[in-house]
Amino acid sequence: MADEVILLDLWASMFGMRTRIALAEKKVKYEYREEDLENKSSLLLEMNPVHKKIPVLIHNGKSVCESLIQVEYIDETWPGDNSLLPSDPYQRAHARFWGDFIDKKVNVTARRIWATKGEEQEASNELIEILKTLEAELGDKHYFGGETFGYVDIALIGFYSWFGVYDKFGNISIESECSKLIAWAKRCMQRESVAKALPETEKVTTFISQCLGLE
Amino acid sequence: MAEKEGKIKLLGCWASPFSRRVEMALKLKGIPYEYLEEALPNKSPLLLELNPIHKKVPVLVHNDKILPESHLILEYIDQTWSNNPILPQDPYEKAMARFWAKFIDEQILTVGFRSLVKAEKGREVAIEEAREKFAFLEKEVTGKDFFGGKTIGFVDMVAGSIIPFCLARLWEGMIIDVIPEDEFPELNRWIKNLKDIDCVRECIPHREKQIEHMMKVSERYKLA
Repeated sequence: MADEVILLDLWASMFGMRTRIALAEKKVKYEYREEDLENKSSLLLEMNPVHKKIPVLIHNGKSVCESLIQVEYIDETWPGDNSLLPSDPYQRAHARFWGDFIDKKVNVTARRIWATKGEEQEASNELIEILKTLEAELGDKHYFGGETFGYVDIALIGFYSWFGVYDKFGNISIESECSKLIAWAKRCMQRESVAKALPETEKVTTFISQCLGLE
Repeated sequence: MAEKEGKIKLLGCWASPFSRRVEMALKLKGIPYEYLEEALPNKSPLLLELNPIHKKVPVLVHNDKILPESHLILEYIDQTWSNNPILPQDPYEKAMARFWAKFIDEQILTVGFRSLVKAEKGREVAIEEAREKFAFLEKEVTGKDFFGGKTIGFVDMVAGSIIPFCLARLWEGMIIDVIPEDEFPELNRWIKNLKDIDCVRECIPHREKQIEHMMKVSERYKLA
């Protein structure tokens, strides 16, 4: 029986990008459906009644919600040759720790830069500190997991397409503060799965500017 | 097997549901451990050394491996000691367990504690909003002995450490009943089932002490 895989998503969502990348890495065929968050589809509301958010992964009629949970699900359901997570329990926990860190720290802080008035300076300073912590964790490794691209890279890379937004609204330059991280991001962008999943930074920046009524 | 050997230390706090749930898992699997009590809110140099990023309990130390974050610790324990498994094998069931655990620690904790204590729109509204979230859990446990099915699992430990023996004690102190039996019969039945399980019963903090503690924590939170 062929697998039916549907992804309910939004082009600019750094969370949806994670799931797109994981599916592409595993060469899983799926149907992408763009959601209009102002007018959520009945399928979205039915498949994610708890949060009513994207991304939602629907595999043979069953929905999996929350992007990092989706990435693990994809890794476990389509094992293949390329694991996205290490098999050793401690290494796995280590990877999931950083995924959780990214969710708790990067996302919440970065949003304050453009979505909350008056907090741009403080939030952008905090974001730089958080990105430096991640840079320290990366060290001299090719990817966060070492030689192979995996879970933590997938958790973070989507935010790269939003760096233009943070630079513009936070009046910072992430490239000059975190050059190692930018180098890592460019390495990730060499992968087809990532290049196809991430929108162009300018497109995201224009989109947010328009949302805020500035363009 | 080399991985299972070696000493386990758990840095925790008697009142923390996050550290209590780790103890539930260790006891369920019969894993001996050394417990180190953190006198929170003061943080020991050991805690700051072992968990410099979040500076929180619990932290599990297994030989030279240091693990913070209760969900990560529970999964690590389950993958290292395979007796009495707490997570399902099936990837979909596992994803659902992780989803509910995240929902409980984020949404339930917010509505069951933070929103209730701050009660920006008044207490009645806060209770109503809390009940809307608890309704999802009520539905999820309907027809089952436990969230994990016939035996307790990951979600039971997450929900079981937070709801009956932490949040419910706060509610007792506030003299409110957020999940009354007539509206939440399944959740109340699940709580009764939990109390019969040894590894849960051994990890329930002392009731009056916990009520007093939760009232102090809520005062601190209100002023923050």
